[in-house]
Amino acid sequence: MENLIALLVAAPLLGAAVLLCGGRRLDAVGHWIGTVLAAVSFVIGAVLFADMLGKDAEAREIGQHLFSWIPVEGFQADIAFQLDQLSMTFVLLITGVGTLIHLYSIGYMEHDERRRRFFGYLNLFLAAMLLLVLADNYLLLYVGWEGVGLASYLLIGFWQHKPSAATAAKKAFLVNRVGDMGLSIAIMLMFTTFGTFAFGPVLESAGETSEGKLTAIALMLLLAACGKSAQVPLQSWLGDAMEGPTPVSALIHAATMVTAGVYLIVRSADIFNLAPDAQLVTTVVGAVTLLFGAIVGCAKDDIKKALAGSTMSQIGYMVLAAGLGPIGYVFAIMHLVTHGFFKAGLFLGAGSVMHGMNDEVDMRKYGGLRKYMPVTFVTFGLGYLAIIGFPGLSGFFSKDKIIEAAFAKGGTEGWILGGVALLGAAITAYYMTRVMLMTFFGEERWRSRPTASPDQPDVEPAAEHQGAHAEPHPHESPRSMTIPMIVLAFGSVFAGAFFGIGDRFVHWLEPVTGHKHGHPPVSALTITLSTVAVLVLGAGLAYLHYGRRPVPAVAPRGSLLTRAARRDLLQDDFNHVVLVRGGEHLTRSLVYVDHTLVDGVVNGTAASVGGLSGRLRKLQNGYARSYAVSMFGGAAVLIAATLLMRAV
Amino acid sequence: MTPTTSVEATTQLAAYTTSTGEAVQFWVLGTVAVIGALCTVFMKKAVHSALCLAGTMIILAVFYLANGAYFLGVVQIVVYTGAIMMLFLFVVMLVGVTAADSLKETIKGQRWLALLCGLGFGILLVAGIGNASLTEFSGLGQANAGGNVEGLAQLLFTKYVFAFELTGALLITASVGAMVLTHRERTERAKTQRELAEQRVREGKHLPPLPAPGVYARHNAVDIAGLLPDGTPSELTVNRTLRERGQIRDVSAEALNDLKALEQRSAARLERTRSGEASK
Amino acid sequence: MNPVNYLYLAALLFTIGATGVLIRRNAIVLFMCVELMLNACNLALVAFSRMHGNLDGQIIAFFVMVVAAAEVVVGLAIIVSLFRSRHSASVDDASLMKL
Repeated sequence: MENLIALLVAAPLLGAAVLLCGGRRLDAVGHWIGTVLAAVSFVIGAVLFADMLGKDAEAREIGQHLFSWIPVEGFQADIAFQLDQLSMTFVLLITGVGTLIHLYSIGYMEHDERRRRFFGYLNLFLAAMLLLVLADNYLLLYVGWEGVGLASYLLIGFWQHKPSAATAAKKAFLVNRVGDMGLSIAIMLMFTTFGTFAFGPVLESAGETSEGKLTAIALMLLLAACGKSAQVPLQSWLGDAMEGPTPVSALIHAATMVTAGVYLIVRSADIFNLAPDAQLVTTVVGAVTLLFGAIVGCAKDDIKKALAGSTMSQIGYMVLAAGLGPIGYVFAIMHLVTHGFFKAGLFLGAGSVMHGMNDEVDMRKYGGLRKYMPVTFVTFGLGYLAIIGFPGLSGFFSKDKIIEAAFAKGGTEGWILGGVALLGAAITAYYMTRVMLMTFFGEERWRSRPTASPDQPDVEPAAEHQGAHAEPHPHESPRSMTIPMIVLAFGSVFAGAFFGIGDRFVHWLEPVTGHKHGHPPVSALTITLSTVAVLVLGAGLAYLHYGRRPVPAVAPRGSLLTRAARRDLLQDDFNHVVLVRGGEHLTRSLVYVDHTLVDGVVNGTAASVGGLSGRLRKLQNGYARSYAVSMFGGAAVLIAATLLMRAV
Repeated sequence: MTPTTSVEATTQLAAYTTSTGEAVQFWVLGTVAVIGALCTVFMKKAVHSALCLAGTMIILAVFYLANGAYFLGVVQIVVYTGAIMMLFLFVVMLVGVTAADSLKETIKGQRWLALLCGLGFGILLVAGIGNASLTEFSGLGQANAGGNVEGLAQLLFTKYVFAFELTGALLITASVGAMVLTHRERTERAKTQRELAEQRVREGKHLPPLPAPGVYARHNAVDIAGLLPDGTPSELTVNRTLRERGQIRDVSAEALNDLKALEQRSAARLERTRSGEASK
Repeated sequence: MNPVNYLYLAALLFTIGATGVLIRRNAIVLFMCVELMLNACNLALVAFSRMHGNLDGQIIAFFVMVVAAAEVVVGLAIIVSLFRSRHSASVDDASLMKL
């Protein structure tokens, strides 16, 4: 069974290699190769999962050592895999949701002539992410980490003919690089502290190290997680990453990429547990991002960007939970999985809407679409209910537990974190209701002439791509797109209940992450009821704003906060002013120092040496007689010395 | 006393003691030798330097004799003054009269440095000798007892035989080296008259034969520059060596001076004849 | 008179020769000065020979003469070939070492 682990990674990697090296002759079947290999990976994962279920909870961890990568004296890096319950969860999520997204992309990318390449990148993304979660040491994890960064760069910038996409890809890559630096520093620190990178030895011997070192490592890991998971302050790339094709957004937001940061924190739980300061910072980062993403999500009219804000916010929940320690790890992962379902469903739904609306993304030009795309409406709606935490659906179970855990942190911190989480839940309900209402309800704002007769719901696919300015003809998406959405909707509805009832998920993950039952200052029921209450509050407010009143087709100016939120709460302006300008000033002053001080010293030395040599060179005038004089003088000195020695 | 014994006596005398005669000889000839050495250094023309050096060397030969080194004294005269100095003169001749260089120094500070070093070196050397407490004074009477040449020969062919053989090798090497250095193999065929003419045209040098010197057949007239139509002398007409020696005579002025002198002389003679006639 | 005076004379001549080597530019005169220095040495050697009462000093002076002869032969050959190629006997013109 152990030998199958490598195949998990190998299958999509093979797909990427074949598709990217295969050339145009694979154009016709490329998407199927990619999808089948992703599915193969999922099947292997399922087999391994079944095998794992058959064992005792403590004996479920298996590993596979492939070969020694860098065997050097005092430095051992292995290509080795480790599959435990945590990795298993991720493997199933990545391959499962990934396969569905592959399937969806077949229809979505049907008219893109570079579809084969797109599938190659998707496979590469899966392979890198699987390598990340299956690695048994931090160095190999880093390889996967960088692979994810590369694949995300390639996919976000897939439509590279658009300057905005190219810029967004570059931005994602650069911002991620800051986080990557954190991870590499953390790995170096680990090596100097523990002498190894492997999870086992590092995490086991964490207790023998000073808290300062552990805090440093944990903070560096947190920086890395911030980069990949788009947490404040490295969140700015996520919104722009919407420039990629919608399946990519779904993949990034649901199954891969952004979950890597949470995985890293939970995987390094033993380090974080011993560094309370780093944990506190983690919770603060999570809480801030949670509100940040939610506020941004409220103001965006671009459906994908609104969902991106929501992702940021939901990952904020996970990071917050991961920062809470043993009372939160399990729920972070649980929320991650349920979020994987409903967020993938939401994104695929959004993609489906765009597909039917001539790639229009502005929600102010949607409206009343439920009649035209019923499947999308239902699946999107179920995802919506799941994300806001409607009782009984996935999000309800996972998010409620996180809020509980936040209150259970205890003390003032607990109240603050719990309050923020509750507030976040209210805002989530508000902006998701807004998205829902603006897209599927209300008047049909996409009609250019209100008097025009309604179009046929199922137009020919050829009619889809007329001109960008032609009036859209909303229609349901093809089967290959709707089936994944339906499957994901099932997940959105039932996954939470399946995991949450009877603490199944807790028991599943406990051997790996450890679990402590949190004791919130108020009863769990109170928290659940208040969660539902704020949910109703937020949704009701949104209904008042967007359901009762007509939505203006052009965005009103809005309040200061709205305008700021539309500009992503000025994150780019902040980066520009503080980092870019600051960097420029720093560089300029460094250049000045370099030119005047360093060059001055160097040039001064050179000039003085040159001047001295210029003087000395005069001695070397090339005239034999001059040299003879020095010889003669030397002889005189020699005689003088001899005489002096005799005299003494 | 047989002649041989008298020779031995003088030998012993020369070897043991320093007579008053020798002292006088030393001071007189020593002064001349120093003057000769200074002249060697400071004479402007190489020939003069060579002559002065030859004089100094002869005086040194006398000193060798006075010091009981009869063989060396003779060798000094024969080899040094006779052969080496003549070699020098030959080379001076080869290199040419133009090689008379000015004593003007071109390297900045070289002369002062040289004089300073020389002075310091001399003072130190003299101080060293004075410091050496050379009071023991054996004389060569014993060593020269069997004759100076025989004694030298005995040493040369026994104790110093290897060095002697090596000097032989050295001399052979030197003569071969000198031949190699001065011999010039013609690596290309000589240029024909035509090629030389074409080369002159190419280089834009003086094409026709050089103009002849001025011909005033009053003496060996090659050192008189020919006059150009406007009356100025042309240096081109005079041989290059004479030109570089600065031995061109300014004919224009000289001719006028000559004319003036002639007129004066003729006037004086006319006066004389007139007065003679008048007195008659 | 003390024969040490011969040594003083030799020192004087040697110094004059050395200074001449430094001052003159004509290679031939320069060579003559070198010969003067060698001769001064020979005089000193002969004087030493007299002081020590053996002939070794004279033998060495003899060798010096032989070597000087060889040196003059080679040196003058060098001067001649130098003059042939440069049309100058000045040692300052043979300053290829200069920059």
